[in-house]
Amino acid sequence: MSHTVDNSKRRFLTTAASVVVGGAGAAAVAIPFVLSMLPSAKARAAGAPVAVDISKLEIGQLMTVEWRGKPVWVLNRSDESLLILPALNEQLADPESDTSSQQPAYCKNENRSIRDNIVVLVGICTHLGCSPTYRPELAPVDLGPEWKGGFFCPCHGSRYDLSGRVFKNMPAPKNLVVPPYHFVGDNRIIVGEDPQGVA
Amino acid sequence: MFSSLMGWVDARFPATKMWEEHLSKYYAPKNFNFFYFFGSLALLVLVLQIVTGIFLTMHYKPDAALAFASVEYIMRDVEWGWLIRYLHSTGASAFFIVIYLHMFRGLIYGSYKQPRELVWIFGMFLYLALMAEAFMGYLLPWGQMSFWGAQVIISLFGAVPFIGDQLALWIRGDFVVADATLNRFFAFHVIAVPMVILGLVVAHIIALHEVGSNNPDGVEIKKLKDKNGIPLDGIPFHPYYSVKDIVGVTVFLFIFSLVLFYAPEMDGWFLEHANFVPANPLKTPLHIAPVWYFTPFYAILRAVPSIAGSAFPGVVAMGLSIVFLFLLPWLDRSPVKSIRYRGIYFRTAIVLFVISFVGLGFLGTQPVTPIYTLLARIFSVIYFAFFMLMPIYTKFDKDKPVPERVTFK
Repeated sequence: MSHTVDNSKRRFLTTAASVVVGGAGAAAVAIPFVLSMLPSAKARAAGAPVAVDISKLEIGQLMTVEWRGKPVWVLNRSDESLLILPALNEQLADPESDTSSQQPAYCKNENRSIRDNIVVLVGICTHLGCSPTYRPELAPVDLGPEWKGGFFCPCHGSRYDLSGRVFKNMPAPKNLVVPPYHFVGDNRIIVGEDPQGVA
Repeated sequence: MFSSLMGWVDARFPATKMWEEHLSKYYAPKNFNFFYFFGSLALLVLVLQIVTGIFLTMHYKPDAALAFASVEYIMRDVEWGWLIRYLHSTGASAFFIVIYLHMFRGLIYGSYKQPRELVWIFGMFLYLALMAEAFMGYLLPWGQMSFWGAQVIISLFGAVPFIGDQLALWIRGDFVVADATLNRFFAFHVIAVPMVILGLVVAHIIALHEVGSNNPDGVEIKKLKDKNGIPLDGIPFHPYYSVKDIVGVTVFLFIFSLVLFYAPEMDGWFLEHANFVPANPLKTPLHIAPVWYFTPFYAILRAVPSIAGSAFPGVVAMGLSIVFLFLLPWLDRSPVKSIRYRGIYFRTAIVLFVISFVGLGFLGTQPVTPIYTLLARIFSVIYFAFFMLMPIYTKFDKDKPVPERVTFK
């Protein structure tokens, strides 16, 4: 029976055990600190739906309301501008709105809206979170002769059409988000809530 | 009296030993030139930022409803508040000017090379910490550019695949940049990051004093020592360089004061015009650009098109543009340190690199146009080529013979 002890192995095992136990403790203690930086209960509760009165929204006019701290646009598009939109499909990254995260199922249609003319969009660029500018004019100098009206992001130059569909080869990867919304009567929109009967 | 007091202290704390190791018996090469002012100037600006920062926190309110007004209160109602605030805001830009010149010095004289790799690495971490510090500080006035700048930069993390959205949410503490974001940025800006910076400064200086300073000739002065073991080309830092640095400090403060008193906003370069409008989460300013010291990286970010529906490649390119700087000691394969004895390849590469870095810096301040995007892409390619091709062009470069001792030019 040998009395020799492998000291280096013992040393390794005690060190390894200390590191593992201590590391696990440190990681466990870090959890509450890391989680404390997530949105608080108050911030999570602040996402209540917002009612918008659109009775005074003229054709071509855009109004901005705040929902969950973000700008939400309500735009009343003219019939002429709706006619232009399908012609842009070739130049768009996702003309059929196939990315399901960018709109509720009931807005996956030609005009990305419940009513043809009224479009509701979260006014936050899908690139890096700037708020694009509403540029309804045709062929302005800075946007070029091909411009048929839409949204232009001043930060990195992304372009969207009047349905918030992004053009190809833009910094922004996806179409603008259509938030859940529904109509109450003719002139009221509730932003942040799906229509009844839709889960 | 004094010597017996120092004797008492030294028996309990190595005061004299530290003084000698780092100042009176720290032998620095005798041929330091203009570029060697910026290390001590960076230390000066750090002290300035800490002191003015402490006094600003006495009046500033880290609350989204109060922040903007509290900064204006400091500017108008607090006794000398305008001076303290402008010292801090001008100091931020001065810090980056000094640091960029300090890094450029390291680049041209090969101060990152063996045996100073860790000096360089600590310095790069300092640069990263400084960028974080400046970015978070810029949110605090809660102006339009504060808000939208933070919105864009935090959204960068959102572009990380899979975890991005959760990560951005965690950083913001809310679904958009909001009071929670301001509050935590205040905590990071005032406590967390400054402590990291101070720790790194100590590590940077200890590492430097362990290996000794490089010099414009890139000669190791420790190779040739006199019979007392003192480098032949070395002179004690104090009094020689401490006195020399006073000259640098004087000139620096002279220029600094001109900006501070006559152009503290630098026509929108140090304090952007849009930041004099309170933050409005519903409206992005027509043209947003980061402060000048971030614009080269911002231009790289914008130059990369999104691939397969993801903005991530641009974010990766921006991150890599900094990672490559960390790798510099191992990318450079030339045995020669100083640009004075480097061949034509490296010299050309440095010139192209500086042109592309400054060019990107300019483009990052400008609105997006097709020509500017093309230029930004060309400059970005040059920027990355400088690093990626470095192992090749430094290896085959026709370097000149390096002298035994330092020279005076």
